[in-house]
Amino acid sequence: MGIHDIYLISPELALTGLAVVVVALGLMPKAKGAVRAVALIGLLVPFGFSLALWGDVHSLAGGADTAFLDTLVVDKFALFFKFLILGVLALLVLASGEYMDRFKEHQEEFLGLIFLAATGLMLLPAAADLITVFVALELATLPVTALAAFLRSDIRSTEAGLKFLLLGAMSSAVLLYGFAFIYGATGTLRLVSMDAAIPTIAEMITRPSPDAPFGNFALMIGVVLSVAGFGFKLSIVPFHMWTPDVYEGAPTPVGAFLAVASKAAAFAVVLRVLYAAFGEVSADWSALFAWLAVVTMTGGNVVAMVQTNMKRLLGYSAIAHAGYMMIGLAAVAARSQDASTSDLGPSGMVFYLGAYAAMNLAAFFAVMAIANKTGSERIADFAGMAQRSPWLAGALAVALISLTGLPPTAGFMGKFFLFDAAANADLVWLVVVGAINSVISAYYYLRVVRSMYLDQPVSVGRIAVPVSVGAALLITTLAIFALGIFPGSFFDLARTVVSPLVP
Amino acid sequence: MLSAIVFIPLIGALLIGVAGRTAPVVRGIALVAGIVNLVLALVLFARFSTAEAGFQWVESVDWIPALNIQYLMGVDGLSAPLLLLAALLGLVAILASWHISTRVREYFMWLLLLQTAVAGVFVSLDFILFFVFWELELLPMFMLISIWGTGRREYSAMKFLAYTFLGSAFMLAAILTLYFSLPAADRTFDMRLLAERDLTGLIIPTSLVFFGFFIAFAIKLPVWPMHTWLPDAHTDAPTAVSIMLAGVLLKMGGYGLIRINVGLFPEEIVAYAPLLAGLATVSVLYGAFAVLRQSDLKRLVAYSSVSHMGFVLLGVASAGATGAALTPVGLNGAALQLFTHGTITGLLFVVVGLVYDRAHTRHIPELGGLMRRMPIIGVGFVVAGLASLGLPSTSGFVAELLVFLGTFPVFAWATALSAFGVVLAAGYILWTVQRTFFGPLQARNNDLPDAKLVDAVSIALLLLPIMVVGLYPKLLTDVFDVGILPIISRLGG
Repeated sequence: MGIHDIYLISPELALTGLAVVVVALGLMPKAKGAVRAVALIGLLVPFGFSLALWGDVHSLAGGADTAFLDTLVVDKFALFFKFLILGVLALLVLASGEYMDRFKEHQEEFLGLIFLAATGLMLLPAAADLITVFVALELATLPVTALAAFLRSDIRSTEAGLKFLLLGAMSSAVLLYGFAFIYGATGTLRLVSMDAAIPTIAEMITRPSPDAPFGNFALMIGVVLSVAGFGFKLSIVPFHMWTPDVYEGAPTPVGAFLAVASKAAAFAVVLRVLYAAFGEVSADWSALFAWLAVVTMTGGNVVAMVQTNMKRLLGYSAIAHAGYMMIGLAAVAARSQDASTSDLGPSGMVFYLGAYAAMNLAAFFAVMAIANKTGSERIADFAGMAQRSPWLAGALAVALISLTGLPPTAGFMGKFFLFDAAANADLVWLVVVGAINSVISAYYYLRVVRSMYLDQPVSVGRIAVPVSVGAALLITTLAIFALGIFPGSFFDLARTVVSPLVP
Repeated sequence: MLSAIVFIPLIGALLIGVAGRTAPVVRGIALVAGIVNLVLALVLFARFSTAEAGFQWVESVDWIPALNIQYLMGVDGLSAPLLLLAALLGLVAILASWHISTRVREYFMWLLLLQTAVAGVFVSLDFILFFVFWELELLPMFMLISIWGTGRREYSAMKFLAYTFLGSAFMLAAILTLYFSLPAADRTFDMRLLAERDLTGLIIPTSLVFFGFFIAFAIKLPVWPMHTWLPDAHTDAPTAVSIMLAGVLLKMGGYGLIRINVGLFPEEIVAYAPLLAGLATVSVLYGAFAVLRQSDLKRLVAYSSVSHMGFVLLGVASAGATGAALTPVGLNGAALQLFTHGTITGLLFVVVGLVYDRAHTRHIPELGGLMRRMPIIGVGFVVAGLASLGLPSTSGFVAELLVFLGTFPVFAWATALSAFGVVLAAGYILWTVQRTFFGPLQARNNDLPDAKLVDAVSIALLLLPIMVVGLYPKLLTDVFDVGILPIISRLGG
């Protein structure tokens, strides 16, 4: 342990520092107005450290460095998610200015809590040990409880906070119980180890009963319980019940944060755990995730069809998209074990997470800007929005079309990469189920688009686009088209990113 | 060159988005885009060399190198006439939209985007590019029908979208299966290379892959029993969209059947040709009988499309012949039917749209005797109708004759039964002409004006190919032959 370890976690330290600075600024009445600007510019510091680490890791022989006695690993996989989360934070700060005006005297606490939660999320993909995973997860979860309940005068917000706290605590318990079984079966909690004397889980898996999944019943229970625990964070069916309530009740930026940053980090850690620790028995969890993907996609999409509240709709859509992403988890290339395609599943997921971040943020930002002015999140009140605010309606339409998965958008390419990974893994039936789910989702996404362009507006007032929201929407919309039309280089990046997991 | 033809409408759409402040400017930009596109397509068609087989004007750029996906375009004898058709009907659709008055700017943007998508389908040689254009066409159609349509437009638009999207789900699965079934070193989405490969031993049985494609194309064509979206979409769509739908979009299905189902799966097409012939016969007869019951002019033309597209499928089924019975005649007829039906039905929809604009009804009992008030429109309808029922000297005759000639040696019964569809067509077309344009003129239709110049131009644009191809079919059949002979030679081998 030494200064080098500190350097390796400098992005997280910088972000924690930024959280403290932001909260402290709020105590000074004169500096209060500058909080958002400081937060935005301050994000450049962890970003700069991450960039420096990327350069270091790139030139490192093994492509990875570990810190604090092998409990944290810094590789391109972990760093990619640091960039993604920092990018999401920057866009959130940019776009939520108007929204935060409703609790202006507490906005520094709001930002500080988000930054702390994001610190936990940044640590998650870097965890090299199940205990670190758990600690990072708790760090990411607890601030969100407070954030979800931030609108103190709104009873739905309080409900969201309580729900998140209770279900979060329960899922953490289940997760920890699962880790205990894994420890019992293997005698270690290490995912990555640089020290030959300390074995990793992957090295310790024994198969006393070869017929059982994972070759070991204790291990099977451990993995299943862990997946259930992670399932809460991923909001996959049947662990999804909290999602629509929390998305609806919590402040909209918190919903966006949960839907994008939290989900990305949770998928990252699941990928890390599965590939690093259980890569040898991948065929066993492939089937599990294939079925979870089917119920999650279908459940999310079917229930989304009957929603009348826009944020609940996005909540169920987030569940459905978790289902699509699990296709990438299920897509373990069993048949063609040639090195050129064994990474298609994880890299498809990484691509999808990037695409999903762009399109979901765009949708949340547009909804937030519109609902801020109209005061209503009912889908019916989005009617005729194209006349009241052509730019916001256009951005929301692009985001929804991308979520549907139509070209030339990021959503189409994202689904394509996931589906091709599934086809590569002999899961053609899963491709068909996934594609049919896109058809179902077209119904509710395009219904909103059509209503915005076709129906008469409920009131006539024009809705102006604040500059900061406009900037955030411009960035996300451009990203949607860029990923949709020129996906090649980002897909190459995704393959580089997952190379530490899938050699 | 191909990229220019595909993307000029898109550039037009973007220009309209930037500069289209007033309706005349919007129409002007759209018209210029349409004309330039048609001229380019004509140049391409004229310079298309029938002497060399294979693809011409090929453009190839790496798109997603990691998966060997290319931006790959090219035309052969099969796609060159269809590209011309798309450009021709694109211009006609723009002209037919001249009197649109609500939200002109958005309307023309969607219309031009639609044209980019359909042109892209005909020239893409990479499966993924093909699929992207195939899907790209959904959204403009959805918006055009649901915003500028009539009647139950929202229902029809969603139905159209759901059917096509469902079909593409199976197509995507089929495409990916093809790709990943090949050994890692020669995985490709290049249709030219895949057509030359022996596609057996796929991840899932080859026949399932064949049907994955078939479902997507059969929905698009449409083939009974997957046709129900078509009458709804046609009835509720604005005129120009009906023209694009019947004239070009249905052809994507027929094109896919010939290019992919016949071109890539020689064994499966032989095995399932009887099924295709049966479905074709049902489509022809079902469509024709359904026409007799329609009183709405647009629904009538829509069901006649179902019937006429049945002939395309019948021609495709002739590729299931073996030995000496295997000739390019049936496929050539199917391809020619795609082209001629595009022009004929395009014209029918133009005329029906004009009647509707004036009389504000498409209900046949409320019409009658219109020939006296609108002779130009009437002549357009009569000629298109006669071509549609296959009168010699019109292009409809040549196409159907080729289909029958090609298919009769293979499926005598199916051909004989389908030929009955021509008789029915004669019945319903003449009956409709009589009820709509002749007979007593109703008082409420007494002062209806005839076609304006812009409408007359679009009628003329479509009459021309109908008559020219009818009198001198070699103009097209020679070109189609260049595209179809390589496909036939693989079938024989």
